[in-house]
Amino acid sequence: MSARFEVWLFAAQRLSALVLAPLVLLHLATIIYAVRGGLSAAEILARTQGSIFWGGMYGLFVVAAAVHGAIGLRVVMREMTPLSLIHI
Amino acid sequence: MTAQDTLRVDIWRGGAEGRFESYTVPHETSQTVLDVVTYVQRRLDPTLSYRFSCRVGMCGSCAMTVNGRPRWTCRTHVDRVAEDGRIEIAPLRNFPVVKDLAVDMAVFFDKWRDAGARFQPRDGAASTFANVDPNSPERRAASAAIECIGCGICYAACDVVAWNPDYLGPAALNRVWTLVNDARDADPAAHLAPVAGDAGCHACHSQQSCATHCPNSLSPTASIAGLKRRTLAALLKGQL
Repeated sequence: MSARFEVWLFAAQRLSALVLAPLVLLHLATIIYAVRGGLSAAEILARTQGSIFWGGMYGLFVVAAAVHGAIGLRVVMREMTPLSLIHI
Repeated sequence: MTAQDTLRVDIWRGGAEGRFESYTVPHETSQTVLDVVTYVQRRLDPTLSYRFSCRVGMCGSCAMTVNGRPRWTCRTHVDRVAEDGRIEIAPLRNFPVVKDLAVDMAVFFDKWRDAGARFQPRDGAASTFANVDPNSPERRAASAAIECIGCGICYAACDVVAWNPDYLGPAALNRVWTLVNDARDADPAAHLAPVAGDAGCHACHSQQSCATHCPNSLSPTASIAGLKRRTLAALLKGQL
């Protein structure tokens, strides 16, 4: 792992955090709305299926979470487990 | 003697392996932890090993762990830290222990070297004085971080140093920040590459244990944040 690559990882971590912040809030708001509204799974799907907006938002959420989680777990593994001996 | 006239002092004896030994020390007014350690070594147990030099808070030699926190013992009043008349004194965390309260500072300064934390003069003799505006943002940034005396307390306080053996540490990175901002250095931008990456500034989690414990009230966290900004900018411009 070169230093330049590690700085790119850091940049990706910050960028994905920037994307996640509003999307997490959106997700929380959506869950709360759906649960308090007593929506069933079928009803939720009926409202969101085929929607470019919902597909796009949650697709972005998944990508950002995958990037952020993977990079974060690498750091956690290095700092908290013996796997620091392997330069991952 | 009443309980307040004496202190129960537990001091680490040994190397990496060892144990705490208890001593009873008279409690004096305005007594410092260094006074306590000195009393133990001179009156109770001459085999105790410890370091000190100036005893007035300017050299950093007397840094030890007092009741769990890294401090200059010459600047720590017993009355501020004693809990129920007890003090626990141990060597600094994150350093190999030589004996008792003396630690091996070699790794600390090796990391200083590895970080490139050294001023690089320009080639040739200067024909005139460097013109440095003291109010420029760069000089203010350098001046805010320049008073480090290399005592190692930030390094001892830092959890990332404890978790990541490669991490250069707050002191070395703080010094690099002063050089990145030093207009007199031959190539300030060249200081960024050695401190970029997982062993460098990007390992810092901004927990600020360094800033909390620095006896000179420096903030290596702020310096490291500056390095993060500069290295990111250099990366995006293709200069890293």
